[in-house]
Amino acid sequence: MTAGPLLAIQGLSKSFGGLQAVRDFDLDVPERSIVGLIGPNGSGKTTVLNLVTGEIAADGGSVRLDGREILGRPAFRVCRARIARTFQLVRVLPGMTTRENVLIGRLFGSAPATPEHARKEIDALLDRVGLSDLADQTGAQLTYIDQKRVELARALATQPRLLLLDEWLAGLNPRELQIGIELIRRIRDEGMTIVMIEHVMEAIRALCDHVVVMSAGGLIAAGAPDSVLNDPEVARVYLGDDDA
Amino acid sequence: MAEKPASRWWIAPAAAGVAFLAGLPLLLSAYTVSLLISVLAYASLATSWAFFSGTTRYISLATAAFVGIGTYTVALLSDHLPLAVVLAIAHMIGFVIALGVGLSTLRLSGIYFVIFTFGLTELIKQLVIWFEINQTKTLARYIFVNASGTLIYELLLATATIVIAGVWWLSRSRVGYALRVIGEDEMVARHSGIDTTRVKVLVFAATSAVMSMVGAVLSLRYTYVDPNIAFNSLVSFQVLIMALLGGIGRPWGPALGAVPLVLLSELLSGTFPHHFGIALGICFVVIVFFLPGGVMGLVDRWSAWLPRSALRRRKES
Repeated sequence: MTAGPLLAIQGLSKSFGGLQAVRDFDLDVPERSIVGLIGPNGSGKTTVLNLVTGEIAADGGSVRLDGREILGRPAFRVCRARIARTFQLVRVLPGMTTRENVLIGRLFGSAPATPEHARKEIDALLDRVGLSDLADQTGAQLTYIDQKRVELARALATQPRLLLLDEWLAGLNPRELQIGIELIRRIRDEGMTIVMIEHVMEAIRALCDHVVVMSAGGLIAAGAPDSVLNDPEVARVYLGDDDA
Repeated sequence: MAEKPASRWWIAPAAAGVAFLAGLPLLLSAYTVSLLISVLAYASLATSWAFFSGTTRYISLATAAFVGIGTYTVALLSDHLPLAVVLAIAHMIGFVIALGVGLSTLRLSGIYFVIFTFGLTELIKQLVIWFEINQTKTLARYIFVNASGTLIYELLLATATIVIAGVWWLSRSRVGYALRVIGEDEMVARHSGIDTTRVKVLVFAATSAVMSMVGAVLSLRYTYVDPNIAFNSLVSFQVLIMALLGGIGRPWGPALGAVPLVLLSELLSGTFPHHFGIALGICFVVIVFFLPGGVMGLVDRWSAWLPRSALRRRKES
């Protein structure tokens, strides 16, 4: 358990040519909490995740995990530092089975194991996310929600302390959404710290302890879900001036 | 509950098979041994190529470059050093050059990597030509090594056995998984904790070193070598086609592809020496259209189909 936040982002910035995608962004994520990152499309949410996970290089700022600077580390080192992520557009490995898709997280994550040692743990993990019956199907054969489950299970298999979910609940039907919300809640209850980018407000209200809102690369509001979602400025950036 | 140990029943028959192959030169004519030398050389090349390029989908056309490096190492050093030392040096030079090439090019993806590796063969060939003309004032070399066909055969049999067994073992290890994930989705690989650059560069270097070794051993057949013989780009394409024909999903698939193409090459070069290129082109088209998974893919489809049709017959009767 840490005294400060598990993840501390300060002054994070990134430009693509003339476009300031992320501007002087700050965020603290306490351990065992769920923080929602919301904002209209193009506001810089996924760029923040890409910067934190080492997928792209930042122009400036600081990202500390448990007090240790991780900004500038390549993606595989961030993963080994116990930060795992899912992707906005689901990325399962189509030619590998469900079991293999998840196994790779365990083979190369924060505590690498040999294939022989990892297999039994992976079967337990598949059971936990409801994929046991699909273990031998290839990624290409899975339905959308099952592909999302595979991505989540693969991230969990790396044994993270911090899980970054990029619109993991998007595109699910109402029944699947309830299953998804329940799954995330269970993972948090087991001790995980989660940052979730999400447009599904029902999920934000149901799951998040704290919400931050981004617009045009900067942070415009932060606080408890109900107060943030009722903020007129948040409604304005989402819906435009006329509807706010 | 303890996991069931993996079955190893096939090790004894495989060892017996290798022992049988090792004894073959005692039974066969010099011509047949020479044919088998080509089969073993290409089996090693195709297996090495497929382990890196087939799995990661970084298609390398630099096979001829590394084979040529091996050949030229023997041509340059065989007068001065014992054969075993020369072969070891060829292996090391291949590894070191591939390490440099890998570090500078494996960030390239798709077509750019293919084009670079194709150009590499020509680049090294031109450098050798420049060196020979300007430094040694010659463009060809003689190789005077007293190596019998049997010795070359046994060296290549050992190489092929080590390569196929090594690929089989590595395919089931973390390295094999890492290569497969890189081939499927490199971004997922990075975010799952795989040091993709390190894996790609080291495996590319290790497989290229095998290619240089094969080139070095094969050169013992020649008495005369020049840069055009040593760095023959056709070899890169032949190896690729053999790997595709055999099937790149299995450790022994590419080696299987080497057998028919070497025999076809021998048949055509004897009877229609100028038509081998056409046959090669036709093979490539046939493989891409009719055997996308190679011969091993066909075997998989048949083995899946046979039990089903047997079941159907039982139900009907």
